[in-house]
Amino acid sequence: MQIRRRERAFFTSRLLFIAALIGVMSLVLLARILYLQVQAHERYVLQSDRNTLAVLPLAPVRGKILDRQGRVLADNRLEYVLTLTPDSVADIGETIAALRTVLPISDEDYRAFLRNRRGTHAYQAVVLRRNLNATELARFALVKGSFPGVQIETHWQRVYPYGPSFAHVVGYVGRPDSRDLEQDPTLARSGLDQVGKSGLEAQYEDLLRGVSGVQEVEVNARGQSVGSFEERPARAGTDLHTTLDLDLQTAAAAAMAGHSGAVVAVDPRNGAVLAAYSAPSYDPNDFVKGLDGAQWQSLRDDPLHPLNNRFAAGNYPPGSTIKPFVALVALRDGAIQPDETLAGGGYFQIPGTQHRYYDWRPGGHGRQDLRAAIRDSNDVFFYQLALRLGPTRLAQGLEDLGFGNSTAIDLPGEARGLVPSPAWMRTRRGQSHWHTGQTVMMGIGQGYLLATPLQLVRATAAIAADGQLPDLHLRADRPIRTRTVEASPRHMQLVEEAMRAVVQHGTAHILASDPHDIAGKTGTAQVRRAERDAVGRVRKGSDSRHLRDHALFIAYAPASHPQIAVAVIVEHGGHGGSAAAPVAQAVIDRYLDRDSTAQP
Amino acid sequence: MNLHSFSLRRALGHLDPALMTGIFLLMGISLAVLYSGSQESIRVVLAQLLRFAIGLVVLVGVANIPPERLRAWAPFLYGLGLVLLAVTLVAGRTYLGAKRWLGVGPLSFQPSELVKLALPLMLAYYYSQAENVQSWKAALSGFALISVPFLLIAKEPDLGTAAQIGAAGIFTMWLAGVRRRWFIGLILLAVISGPILWHFLHGYQKERILTFLDPQRDPLGAGYHIIQSMIAIGSGGVFGKGWFNGTQVNLDFLPEAQTDFVFAGFAEEFGLVGVLFLMATYLLIVLRGLIIAYECRDRFGRLIAGTLSLTFFLYIFINMGMTTGILPVVGVPLPLVSYGGTAMLTFLIGLGILMSVHSHPRFHE
Repeated sequence: MQIRRRERAFFTSRLLFIAALIGVMSLVLLARILYLQVQAHERYVLQSDRNTLAVLPLAPVRGKILDRQGRVLADNRLEYVLTLTPDSVADIGETIAALRTVLPISDEDYRAFLRNRRGTHAYQAVVLRRNLNATELARFALVKGSFPGVQIETHWQRVYPYGPSFAHVVGYVGRPDSRDLEQDPTLARSGLDQVGKSGLEAQYEDLLRGVSGVQEVEVNARGQSVGSFEERPARAGTDLHTTLDLDLQTAAAAAMAGHSGAVVAVDPRNGAVLAAYSAPSYDPNDFVKGLDGAQWQSLRDDPLHPLNNRFAAGNYPPGSTIKPFVALVALRDGAIQPDETLAGGGYFQIPGTQHRYYDWRPGGHGRQDLRAAIRDSNDVFFYQLALRLGPTRLAQGLEDLGFGNSTAIDLPGEARGLVPSPAWMRTRRGQSHWHTGQTVMMGIGQGYLLATPLQLVRATAAIAADGQLPDLHLRADRPIRTRTVEASPRHMQLVEEAMRAVVQHGTAHILASDPHDIAGKTGTAQVRRAERDAVGRVRKGSDSRHLRDHALFIAYAPASHPQIAVAVIVEHGGHGGSAAAPVAQAVIDRYLDRDSTAQP
Repeated sequence: MNLHSFSLRRALGHLDPALMTGIFLLMGISLAVLYSGSQESIRVVLAQLLRFAIGLVVLVGVANIPPERLRAWAPFLYGLGLVLLAVTLVAGRTYLGAKRWLGVGPLSFQPSELVKLALPLMLAYYYSQAENVQSWKAALSGFALISVPFLLIAKEPDLGTAAQIGAAGIFTMWLAGVRRRWFIGLILLAVISGPILWHFLHGYQKERILTFLDPQRDPLGAGYHIIQSMIAIGSGGVFGKGWFNGTQVNLDFLPEAQTDFVFAGFAEEFGLVGVLFLMATYLLIVLRGLIIAYECRDRFGRLIAGTLSLTFFLYIFINMGMTTGILPVVGVPLPLVSYGGTAMLTFLIGLGILMSVHSHPRFHE
């Protein structure tokens, strides 16, 4: 009983402390409210009456995107828009009906108006019609007096003068959606109606966007705007200078007309991306205006997927274009000597097994050394080479050349390709067994091995630059970073000579007459396994378009002092030499011819 | 018939006249200010009225549950709360970047609302049977019981709610008689670790605190609420602008005028006089709750009664503090006045528990 009483007294003391705390906190609140409602009352009445704090955002002008010579790839155009301020209009429905007798306002415009109206204050003007032309402006000017609350305003609209040519690399802007707003809540009150959605526009959003300004609008007691004065002007976004070359990009787009695939060209000396084109393309200007449902559906459902960025996000089997790199790895690791020759028939069998790995050329190439094997794209030679290296050393060597890794390009959504190895098989696919056949297929760039055009062009640049693997970049003032690939100059020279021989009298002899001393390597990537008859000939009738092989070509030029490296993939193009090499040639010629005329 | 009316009378007999008076006054204030703030929308008023009706039925039910049963349920409610919080983190609905809602078909609710009651109940349960509340073991157990839901809610992220739940837990420990040195240590820890924790805050959380320190920093965004709210309250003056005459609310300057910032709209239209009346009503409820705790003979009963009263006050203080610009903006409704159902239900259940503690004879002399 005694204990209980003591305990209760203790509880009471703690309760009293809390009561005191509540008392003090109540007094704090009371003091604050007295200050607001009595002491500062006059000031707040003034602010409430005038409410000068109706602050409106001023959108900044977006930075331009320029090519290496300062030619504009993404511009801003002043656009006239018709706006309606809900609070200043008696009946919105009637007003719009009356406006329609003067100007065309589509149902789509009206729906956009209703969408945009949500989340804005009643005294804020909402866009009703975009892109008024001179005639429409003049017609509205005549009747302006009878439409209070309806105004003409100017907006900056993004324009891509070269449309589809730069769609994937430059990207496009669009209305901020809920995901943009979640990432950056300040967008909602920035006054911006466009943000970068893809490509460089998205990558350099912070740089290009600029900073919104603030405009104080004086509103009367009914909330109508009666006048305004600028408070803080918007700060325009910064222009983005890129390494892209307008002429080269246009040439690449023209060369890819009618194909699907990708072209990338870089300067091997520093990793600057000169051109990057993905085909088929789309017009980014459509996205700025906002796609209607049908447009969006047709883009999305197009079997050729024009929205996919093939040069950065396309994972392709590299096919025989991997051979110069496999050769470099094998030389470095001593898996083959420069002058060593290997036997070559029409097919190869792993010792002790029955399965035949065929050469692309029926009957094969006979006994050859490494140089000739690259020139003729000798599959049987490279099957043996891969087997000698083993999967782990081969995978490690290809990773040293940047395969299976980011090229560091300043673009969103880059794919990483895939370099398979027994370790990858265990951890990623949960299979402990690595088939020797998978090693063999890696030697000719098939099997699980995947590379993006960006990775291919980067590795090609490393050969062109005598072992300097550059980080790729699009922004001009990005610091140049290269990594030295471990390879002796002698080995490097061997591969360079072999790639030259490919063009002179090998699988790409179609380019032999080109004046620019091109070094290259063709590739043909199987989309699916070819059906063969009993003697190993490919069966006829399996050449319907979507089953045809991908054609690839990697190249650099001039071989003696390389200025440009190119990777081309033509999906379902058939053979690399005939389908992809001419595209690369068009790009190289355009670049080097322009150079020679520019510097007489 | 006779039996039926008799049992209903007995059920209503558990209600506390003082608390009920406060509740009905607040309901009246709520309906009046919502009617004006919603441009005289009868729909809003009816919706709120319906919520009150449902809440009152639940309150009567809770007031009739004997405290010993609540005490027995406490560990299960606490466990259920933790499980639901964990499920929310994994499978909750993401809204504005935070996973706070758990959806079942068309319904959704915030498990943190359950924890607001379950944690004090659990702590009261624990300390009502602890052998020596002065021991360090009793203190650490209390902190452990608080920190699990605290961390789960902070992870959502919902730092505001986590802090409120943590505070409620600390109140229970204080009332239970945990040694004073622990609380002093906690305050010191908070002061020291503040600058370190700053680095772990999300951008928007930092923004809120910076904006609180200087609303003019971002007059269009985070500062906008505070500035407009202060204009509304200040321009109300002593007698207010009158019902339906609040320009701040009606001309759309004041955001969230019916939910978190409802106090600003009220203060604009009814002035200092109205505010004093509102505060008096709140203090009536809080003080009545403290008296119930004081009069209660049972450890569990007085712990839960004291905690719920103090927590109720804490909400009032945070909400009025943020609308008047002396606290940073956190999403806390004004108890029983703000528009919205979930929080109101929690408050009414809490008040129901208070009435249960008071009206069951074993617990009260």
